[in-house]
Amino acid sequence: MSRAFTPKILTANHLLEGDVIYLSATGDWSRRIKDAVLLTDETDAQHRLSRANQQVDEIVGAYLVDAKAGETGPEPTHFREEFRRTGPSNYAHGKQADLAGA
Amino acid sequence: MYQYNDFDTAFLAERNAQFRAQVERRIDGSLTEDEFKPLRLMNGLYLQLHAYMLRVAIPYGTLNSAQMQQLALLAEKWDKGYGHFTTRQNIQYNWPKLRDVPDMLDALGEVGLHAIQTSGNTIRNVTSDHFAGAAADEVADPRPYAELLRQWSTDHPEFQFLGRKFKIAVTGAEADRAVIRAHDIGLQLVEQDGALGFRVLVGGGLGRTPMIGKVIRDFLPEADLLPYCEAIVSVYNLLGRRDNKYKARIKITVHEHGIERISELVEDEFIARRALFTGVDREILAEIKTMFASPDFSAAPLASDTPVLEPGLRSWIDTNTVSHRDPNHAIVSISLKAHGETPGDATAEQMRVMADLAATYAYDELRISHEQNVILPHVPRAHLSKIYNTLKVHGLATANIGLISDIIACPGMDYCALATARSIPIAQEIATRFDELKLEHEIGALKIKISGCINACGHHHVGHIGILGLDRAGVENYQITLGGDGSETATVGERAGPGFSADALLPALERLIYAYLEHREGKDETFLAAYRRLGPAPFKAALYPAEEKANAA
Repeated sequence: MSRAFTPKILTANHLLEGDVIYLSATGDWSRRIKDAVLLTDETDAQHRLSRANQQVDEIVGAYLVDAKAGETGPEPTHFREEFRRTGPSNYAHGKQADLAGA
Repeated sequence: MYQYNDFDTAFLAERNAQFRAQVERRIDGSLTEDEFKPLRLMNGLYLQLHAYMLRVAIPYGTLNSAQMQQLALLAEKWDKGYGHFTTRQNIQYNWPKLRDVPDMLDALGEVGLHAIQTSGNTIRNVTSDHFAGAAADEVADPRPYAELLRQWSTDHPEFQFLGRKFKIAVTGAEADRAVIRAHDIGLQLVEQDGALGFRVLVGGGLGRTPMIGKVIRDFLPEADLLPYCEAIVSVYNLLGRRDNKYKARIKITVHEHGIERISELVEDEFIARRALFTGVDREILAEIKTMFASPDFSAAPLASDTPVLEPGLRSWIDTNTVSHRDPNHAIVSISLKAHGETPGDATAEQMRVMADLAATYAYDELRISHEQNVILPHVPRAHLSKIYNTLKVHGLATANIGLISDIIACPGMDYCALATARSIPIAQEIATRFDELKLEHEIGALKIKISGCINACGHHHVGHIGILGLDRAGVENYQITLGGDGSETATVGERAGPGFSADALLPALERLIYAYLEHREGKDETFLAAYRRLGPAPFKAALYPAEEKANAA
């Protein structure tokens, strides 16, 4: 019996900026996790991952990762993704600064 | 210091031009990431958690003030105003943009620096004793040999696709400040019957399978350095495993075949290789040596005999300076470990301050240590007070070298894509806490080393107290090892027991330190010495008190 599919989001790094991006419902890439589309169907998720891997001149290293629905949109379930959506803990750099107030 | 000749300059310019074209082709889509990745890694460019990261080599840890000024410029112009000095005497920029990297490399080229072979399965930056050329206990300055190895290994056609990365460290002293026993090849300059040569170690390394290097040659005449190293790397290149990334380092090759067998193969290969060396390496070495001539120390102002009364300066001199081979000079360590700050980080302003101090007072030389501090190797004692006062203004006068807050920490999961847990906040907490307790000078010499994953960039295996951050079922968890040692008495630390959550780690370390203070035979018995005398039992009891009670019940 195969394992039940848990909801996922599709994430990658931007080719030029190198920062973390998420696939949104419109098929564009967003810098905010709240815009990410929560994928609940495995075939659909794999299909989107393959398509993302074709976008070689825009993104790097796309992968699917577990997420859960939150009040403002998808939220990470693992601390690694929590850091990726926030930035480092020793300086107010990265998303916590770039997206502040936005 | 080594000065680039026309060949070096042209080589670097061409290499940078090639990489600029490769970046352009990546951006316009002609190269896929799979095609581009090995090219960018050859030039020190990683993609990490939040951004690209550029790792720049500081060959054998030696810099002049113009180079340090340029590192500051890069930090300010293309990064977020700071850089991170690493455990292999490199500097990492955490926030470059892909389009800017070719300009950064050109700017580095202007001062004779590069990022070549700071990544990938090649021979990496050759590291050395950060006190080289200044230490009182040295047989000879190892840096000319390190530079010779750098030139030989850079773009060496046979060694661009090794089974795995390959690290070489060189020292000129018996006291090992370069962790040579944890390198693929460790070299120690020694004298035998008046002749200079190397004790050669092979197969050391940390990471998943920590091993202490084994002696493959007690005495190698210095003239045979390159053919012998070439023989070692060539034997490894053919014999080393390529079926399993985790068994691909030379330490596994040596372990699986035995040092005797490896030694036979290397000695055979060495004879064949030596015949191919025409003497050009000797000519180049002779030229390199002239560039590492010692400064003239006789012109320095004489230090006054008046005792230092200012307590801050006194403490800093006691803790952060050591004897220089010239009694009128001192070796100064500038701590990049201010309590609560990120180990190894320096702002552009701090880099400029250190560069200016080196230019004004210290023969224009700086070093980066594998312990993530900056060294002024030659300082007239008469200038110590002025240097201290300047450092103090810029948050660089922390008197903690070799103490509990002088922690090695890798970037961990705050930056690194390979990490399994964070390192930096753990280091910050430990340093802050023991500073609050005002205990660190009482505790004395103690090396804490923290890695955020099993690859051990933070050298945790050779920390007197080692901390390894892991992911345990989706939570950060920290394993403690005890009794490790990275010096000439190198030892791999022993795991103390189950790991601790981030919250439980600091109280556990406090119990451990109080147990040491209670059990030591006096202030002269260091933590490591006490551990060696007593064994792990009293330390484990302090780390796991509940377990002790359960056993007693």
